[in-house]
Order: sequence, then C-alpha cells, then structure tokens
Amino acid sequence: MTLDHRYNQLDSLRASLSVVVYPLQLAVELPGTVTSWFRESLATRRQLQEENASLQTQLLMLKTHSQKLQSLEVENIRLRELLDSSFEVGEKVLVAELMVANLDPYKHQVLINKGELDRVYPGQPLLDAEGVMGQVVHVGPYTSTAVLITDTSHAIPVRVNRNGIRTIALGSGTINRLDLPYLPNNADVVPGDLLVTSGLGGRFPPGYPVAVVEAVQHDPGRTFANIVAKPTAKLDRSSEVLLVWPGKTPVRESDVSVHVDTDPAEDRAAAAPPDTQAAEANP
Amino acid sequence: MLARHRGDGVIIVTFLTALLLTIVPLPDWMRYIRPDWVGLVLIYWCLALPERVGVSTGWLTGLLVDLLTGTLLGQHAMALTIVAYLTLKFHQRVRLFPIWQQALTVLVLLVLHQLLALWVSRFIGRPAPPWYYWAPSFTGMLCWPLIYLFLRSLRRGFRVS
Repeated sequence: MTLDHRYNQLDSLRASLSVVVYPLQLAVELPGTVTSWFRESLATRRQLQEENASLQTQLLMLKTHSQKLQSLEVENIRLRELLDSSFEVGEKVLVAELMVANLDPYKHQVLINKGELDRVYPGQPLLDAEGVMGQVVHVGPYTSTAVLITDTSHAIPVRVNRNGIRTIALGSGTINRLDLPYLPNNADVVPGDLLVTSGLGGRFPPGYPVAVVEAVQHDPGRTFANIVAKPTAKLDRSSEVLLVWPGKTPVRESDVSVHVDTDPAEDRAAAAPPDTQAAEANP
Repeated sequence: MLARHRGDGVIIVTFLTALLLTIVPLPDWMRYIRPDWVGLVLIYWCLALPERVGVSTGWLTGLLVDLLTGTLLGQHAMALTIVAYLTLKFHQRVRLFPIWQQALTVLVLLVLHQLLALWVSRFIGRPAPPWYYWAPSFTGMLCWPLIYLFLRSLRRGFRVS
C-alpha cells in the first residue's frame, strides 16, 4: 500500500492487473449497451428526423461561431507576436466513452474506455463539451481511471476570465461544487464570473472553461474570501468525454491557415478505427 | 484455486457475481447503501468451507475489489484478509448460531472491514466520510439471511464440499 501511495511503483502492476478485471467491467456494461442498441434500432423515423433537424441547427450555429473564432485566433496570435510571446494552439483530442461502472462512492472517479493502446497517459486532461472534467490517474491497456475536478484530492489552477486573476480551485467532494479558498477579501470576483484553466502547472491546456462562480462571501474576520463555484462540465451526466494532448509547439501566424500538428499521435489517428475519431481541436 | 475439489466453479462464480454487483451502476441514493457483496460471500464460504476458502482467497478478492473500485491497491485486500482470518477463527462457534445472531456477527465483521478501509483512506489523507458511510454494513446485515439461504441452497444443490 505504501508502495502504491508514495512511490507509484505498482503502476505497471495495476495496469497489467486491470486487464484481469476488464471482462468484469465489460459484463457490467453489457445491459446498458444492449438497451441503447435497441433504442437506436427501434427509434422511429419521426424521432430521427427531429433529432437530425435539431443537430443541423446546432451545427449551423457552431459553424458561425467557429468562423468568428478563427479570425479572433489569428488576431490573437498576431497581437501576441507583437508582444513577443508565443501562443500554443493545435491540441489533439480523442473521443472516449465513460464506462458504466460505479467506483468507490466517496471518490470522484470515472472509468473510460481508452487506455495505453490509445496512448492515454497519466495526468492527461479530460474534457467534456462544456468544460474541464478531470485528469487521468491510472492507465491500463484498455481502460483508464480519471479523477474528477471535484474530488477532494484534486486542485486545478484557474484564472478568472473577466480580469485574469489567478487562483487554484479545489475539489470539495460534492459533485457540483468547487472551492476557491486562496483569494483575498478584496479580490475582484463576483458571482457569474467564468473560471478558465490558466495553464500554469503545465498539466491542463490554458483557456478551457472550468466553473462559474456561484457565491462570494466576505468574512471581515478572515483573510481570504469564501468563494464557491459550480463546474461547467456535466460531471455526473456526460457519457462522452474528450481526451486532450496539449500542443507542445508554438505556432506562428503563417502556420495558422494550414493544419498545425507535429504530434506523433497523428499517424495513429489515421489508422484508428472509425469509432475513435481523433479530431483536432484546432479550428 | 486448483480444480481439485468438487464445486470450485460454483465458488468462483459466486465471487465473480459479488464483484460484478460491487460495480454495477445504481441510482445515487442506492450507491451509498450498497451492501458489501464480496465481504458477505467471503464470510459465507469461510463459514461453510473453512478448509478451502480462507485468508488467501480473501486477499485475492480484496485485490480485485481494489482494482475495480479504484482504491489504493491493497486497501480492501488487507481488510478482507483480516475479515477472513477472524471468520476462520470463529467459524465453529458462528456456524451453530441462530441466523439472527449470525447476522449480528456478520455486522461486526462488515463494520471491521469498513473500519480498516476507512483507516487506510484517512491515513493517506482523504477527508472523513459522512455518517452514512456505515450504512452498507447494516444493509449487509439485513441481506445476510438471504445470502446465507441462497448460498446454502447453491452449495447443497451443487454438492460443494
């Protein structure tokens, strides 16, 4: 136990043993898979049409957004170059699915269906469509375990999107709450502020939404304000998650028009089976 | 386990089922009162066949529980080893108890299992769980008569000895 806790000596052992329990995990998932398969194949034409229409509308809106984003990104890089600082874009993402298995109810952990064979690595950031979910802690060949940002052992460096104040958001052990205990009483934070990853610490890529400030309490007797935030990611509802490989290469303006990715994982993306579509977050 | 005795398969299947039940998804409120299936099955087999199921089985299944639930490797293994040891120690006495008295003994063993697990998790700096952390032991106690009768009929049906 000490070996596992202190020295991570047993990581390889845990990884190989996780193959042993993989069939059990698959067996637990089976009923859910069968039901969703039935639901899909028995869906009526009308339902499918409605879903299709709503997805089309959503796609149109997202496309409009991404057009704007592209020009903004180029402008951002140009401005940053004026300031002589580099900007990192070009992150690689992979869609993974959560496996339906309840782990220890007092630890906020999830099991995902991608492992070492998909080049998942410990410490890798995990996102969903709305924000940051957590990071990978144990990697097995076929599955990996990720800890959510609300776990009590987790802390994530964040920045207030409105004014750039940096702080650290701690997990509270409650699925819809993060605590920000290190902001002084006079810090300019109001309810509704969006917290995004600051990228400090080098683990999470900068700029992804993490949480929205819910309540700010100033207690004059204490040095630090009592701030509570609500994660934007649907931590207990998402079934599909994104694994991110943060880009390591600074990108110049001239490169932006072409696809920028020097990640070696790219050739794997081409060879990947169709359900593991690796896509680039690079818009 | 080697296939020397009759009914090894039955024992293994019951343990696998217990492991499955440990991670099968439940609604939120039920997650917190999920009985410790592995502990119950282990206690039953230790009582029924102490010469075949014992400390090493406890350790092995505990290790699998650790892998499945993502806890520290060895946490449940140690706790279940001790539970198995105590059950073996007292199996002759407990076997003769009426079933409600057995259930109380099982409660003590399950609480011990949780206590050891809690001790380890506090030791590595996890926060104190709420009071309903102990609920699984009590639901486990309530489940014991069912588990006992079910596994006994299995054991007699397949003539595991």
